[in-house]
Amino acid sequence: MIYLKLLWSYLKIGIFGFGGGYAMLSLVESTVVDPGWITEQMFTDIVAISQMTPGPIGINSATYIGYVVPGTVNPESFASPLWGLLGSLVCTFAVVIPSFLMVLYLSHFIRRHNESGVIKAIFTGLRPVVVGLVASAAILLMNSANFCPDHSQAQLWTSVAICAAAFCLVYFPIPWRGKKLRIHPISVICMAGAAGFLIYGL
Amino acid sequence: MNLTEDTNAKEAQKRDAAAKPAGTGVREAHLLRKLFFSFLKIGAFTFGGGWAMISIIEREIVDKHHWIEREEFLDLLALAQSLPGILAVNISVAVGDKMAGKRGGLTAALGTILPSYLIILTIAIFLTPDLIKNNRTVSAIFMGIRPAVVALIIAPVLSSAKAAKITLKTVWIPLIVALMISLNAGWMSNPILYVALGAAGGYGFYLWGRRKLSQKGGSK
Repeated sequence: MIYLKLLWSYLKIGIFGFGGGYAMLSLVESTVVDPGWITEQMFTDIVAISQMTPGPIGINSATYIGYVVPGTVNPESFASPLWGLLGSLVCTFAVVIPSFLMVLYLSHFIRRHNESGVIKAIFTGLRPVVVGLVASAAILLMNSANFCPDHSQAQLWTSVAICAAAFCLVYFPIPWRGKKLRIHPISVICMAGAAGFLIYGL
Repeated sequence: MNLTEDTNAKEAQKRDAAAKPAGTGVREAHLLRKLFFSFLKIGAFTFGGGWAMISIIEREIVDKHHWIEREEFLDLLALAQSLPGILAVNISVAVGDKMAGKRGGLTAALGTILPSYLIILTIAIFLTPDLIKNNRTVSAIFMGIRPAVVALIIAPVLSSAKAAKITLKTVWIPLIVALMISLNAGWMSNPILYVALGAAGGYGFYLWGRRKLSQKGGSK
């Protein structure tokens, strides 16, 4: 039964996938491509779309793969899109539920011992590390795929300009009629998308 | 876009938030609804994975609604990062649970997942992959968003450094962590290693401080 197999595979991905969506992709690939559920080409396409659509990559790819797999494994009996819908539900649920339970359990455990000096000390030690983790995420994303996929100087500098402008908009409050106006990160994303459309799309 | 409120309003809201857990069902339902829509927004505008969410979550949860302190937000990030699974979901569950218990965690997770689930389903049912992948307009918009997402991750580095009270004495910790992880050197670049080291460091510092304290007490 393909649904049980999907459920089991995605539970495993949810339990052993450390490091977020990107880091999980190789695990997802070996789980769904090796048994022949989907082709390598289809997987590459799904990853590309998961990156181009909003939402976490792990959720996007799980939903997409869950939708596609029943139809490719058994085209005759799973032809209706409803079977795909069920598959996407199974995969998304399975990839989320292990970490959902773990986060709940761990945070309740921490809250119960919140007043203990040990827990407080541990979090004091963790805070500078988390700052480093966020910084490393930013550094890792400063690559050619994000800044100049066509390897041209013009595109690189356009991207650097967009990045710098977006940073200033989101980080520095703008003085406006005696008040400090802060631009919401969502507005910045929309503006960046509009800029991309004007620069590259026309 | 939102205006920063003055400190009085901030404090009033904080008091509200503190009173909430003991509040009635109506208030809880209200909080859950707000939580859901906040995370719906966060889920719908996150491009490029969990880290890109941080500045949106920070703005919504810390700056706008004052639901949690920036420092606590850092602790939740540590928690979310050290567990397996999708980072974005882990952060949502941790924040939601912090504010409204298990139901809050569930609500926040649903809010984060729902937009991407529906969008992908629509694409999977009605469109073929090539239509999106080779669409000029979509890639143009996306080319503008990608560098902006990087900026959205740089901004919380600075604000969280402030919240973590990083000084010249401790700035080497985030620097080394960021350097080692971005080198991509096998196990040495595994974030979990540094989470474990940070926790061990905090614990060691705690033991050391206690020993010094008891020595002082003994010499009296």
